Amino acid sequence: MFEIVEAQMLADNIKKLVVKAENVSHACKPGQFLMVRTDEAGERIALTICDYDREEGTVTLVFQALGVSTKKMLKLEKGDCFADVVGPLGKESEFVNEDIEELKKKRYLFVAGGVGTAPVYPQVKWLKEHGVYFDVIVGTKCHDTLILEKEMEEIAGDHLFITTDDGSYKRHGMVTAVIEDLVKNEGRKYDVCVAIGPMIMMKFVVKLTKELNLPTIVSMNPIMVDGTGMCGACRLLVGGEVKFACVDGPEFDGFKVDFDQAMKRMALYKTEEGRKLLEYTEGETHKGNGCH
Amino acid sequence: MADIDVKVRIPVREQDPKERAKNFDEVCLGYNEEEATAESLRCLNCKKPFCVEGCPVGINIPGFIEKIKEHDIAGASAVIAADSALPAVCGRVCPQESQCEGKCVRGKMGDPVSIGKLERYVADRAREDGIRPSFAPEKKNKKVAVIGSGPAGLTCAGDLAKKGYDVTIFEALHKAGGVLVYGIPEFRLPKEKVVQPEIDNVKALGVEIKTDYIVGKSLTVDELLDDMGFDAVFIGSGAGLPMFMGIPGEQALGVYSANEFLTRNNLMKAYREDHDTPINCGKKTVVVGGGNVAMDAARTALRLGSEVHVVYRRSEKELPARAEEVHHAKEEGIIFDLLTNPKEILADEEGNVTGIRVIKMELGEPDESGRRRPVEIEGSEYEIECDTVIMALGTSPNPLISSTTKGLDVNRKKCIVADEETGATSREGVFAGGDAVTGAATVILAMGAGKNAAKSIDEYLMSKN
Repeated sequence: MFEIVEAQMLADNIKKLVVKAENVSHACKPGQFLMVRTDEAGERIALTICDYDREEGTVTLVFQALGVSTKKMLKLEKGDCFADVVGPLGKESEFVNEDIEELKKKRYLFVAGGVGTAPVYPQVKWLKEHGVYFDVIVGTKCHDTLILEKEMEEIAGDHLFITTDDGSYKRHGMVTAVIEDLVKNEGRKYDVCVAIGPMIMMKFVVKLTKELNLPTIVSMNPIMVDGTGMCGACRLLVGGEVKFACVDGPEFDGFKVDFDQAMKRMALYKTEEGRKLLEYTEGETHKGNGCH
Repeated sequence: MADIDVKVRIPVREQDPKERAKNFDEVCLGYNEEEATAESLRCLNCKKPFCVEGCPVGINIPGFIEKIKEHDIAGASAVIAADSALPAVCGRVCPQESQCEGKCVRGKMGDPVSIGKLERYVADRAREDGIRPSFAPEKKNKKVAVIGSGPAGLTCAGDLAKKGYDVTIFEALHKAGGVLVYGIPEFRLPKEKVVQPEIDNVKALGVEIKTDYIVGKSLTVDELLDDMGFDAVFIGSGAGLPMFMGIPGEQALGVYSANEFLTRNNLMKAYREDHDTPINCGKKTVVVGGGNVAMDAARTALRLGSEVHVVYRRSEKELPARAEEVHHAKEEGIIFDLLTNPKEILADEEGNVTGIRVIKMELGEPDESGRRRPVEIEGSEYEIECDTVIMALGTSPNPLISSTTKGLDVNRKKCIVADEETGATSREGVFAGGDAVTGAATVILAMGAGKNAAKSIDEYLMSKN
């Protein structure tokens, strides 16, 4: 069992959990993910790692409740346990293994969308610790759905640019508008862009960075079952080749990812998931012969 | 006993095909005492038992059958336990027809002795009667790490524990058992009733199993040897990523690998209302492939309420699946579209599978495998309407360990290179066996590799003293 040592709601339906999991904290690096299972009947859910503390043996997870299993996870509080936490999985971000002197010459642009802010956090933290330049754009629907603002600000300072779709906080508009502003109006130069967020956001970021000729890395979070390179559910087309997000990714060259296909595959369990969610939230009242 | 024809084996009782096509209970019901005794009497107790030669783990087959004749279950169980840690599993899933039973002298003049069913009988009775083989070896005070808790790992761990080593198994998934729990379905191999008790028996030998530990990620092989004080490592991490055909439409919604389909259903228990993991199995399913995994996937889809077609490019004779599995599948109503090969998976605008376009094949000249090569018949393409496609085409090795262990050689197919006899790899103190070395094979071959490796790990560690 894996004990939760801290639990905090960050926004409506978005929660942060700090979990004791030495098997993961021992070796995890920015860019990797892990899988959790709430209880014996639960699904294996892939989540990106938001932070880790090797000395304490803990990892920090941030998730948005969408399906049955993540709704269950919303109820977890300090002192509760996950049945399983396993990882780290996937490859670490490329920069972790780069020559540090070479890396210091580069300028990074991070684009985080919604809960995608969580996996961006350990990356910028790592780059900050290693003295590498970066700017961070965080985009979210509105002020209420903004997460990790304080944490991000501590790391990024005035290199942080927040934008909301509805203009309720800081800048008004999509992340792509901020990229254009920084690059075209302010003339900022970048060598690499890292975009993590909803698939549709990544698709449009890549469309823009292609025009700007700015190499872009995206982090894919497709459906997974085991997460260890066995089931093949997480397959994606990258540069026309079949790749598995769990062992070949989760980070890929954004210019090569077939987003339209990946978005279709995300829809696979919509109906079945939605059905289970209804059963979960409405309980017995939903069951009735023949209405499925 | 009533008069019996010694040339004919005692038939085993099975669940009615119409009934079982709708449930996940075990198909084969096994022998009762009377049936088992009658079948045991057919064994000639040959002086030179060919059956033992046919067994990858070398069980003393006539030895345990003699004990059945004497109604001595504890004795029979002890004979098997000397060589196998998983008799209830092997009695169910071994391809006996090409191993022990294939060599049985009785087979020359009739049916071979039903060795598999007798092994299963002994294991099931022993479990029901609470008989557990006991070993009290002298402690060697040496630690061995075993990676993977499938058939290879469990066998290697069990054998080493019996020799007095401290053994820890590291399992990546949340449950021990490897392919026995994620791959082989409940109706062929019950999990709680059969697999778990055999794993518990291995634990009772003193083996510790750590689940949720991915070697290659959570820990490396080097850390096991250098920092954690393990004296040797056995890699039995199993098969890996599923293969696809590379035809158009394979990314469509409703196309699964057999691994995914079976893992959802078996490990995650998607077929049960009280578990959260979903499985979308439509009204009509096409399974591509002809091996045991294809049969498992097909029969699972059938039980989830689908009409099922198996599409295979060669003829019935070449089906790699066990004859028994094909027979059971047919009895249950699975349709075999043989000499047929997929060309394209068809999908609607949203990307949902609507069908599969296939082409008729004929057999030409033999290829390098000795089987006649299937050749397309021009102009014979047609469409099969379906909403689910399951690709059961085999797997390629998992890269997690080989890519994170320095000096561990892999071959062209990315399988770990290990000596066939000893399991020794290119790294000192590191041994390997099972699907991680051979590519997808059988439970018993993996067990044989685990057993051989245990023997050579023992020799290696003794020689270091």
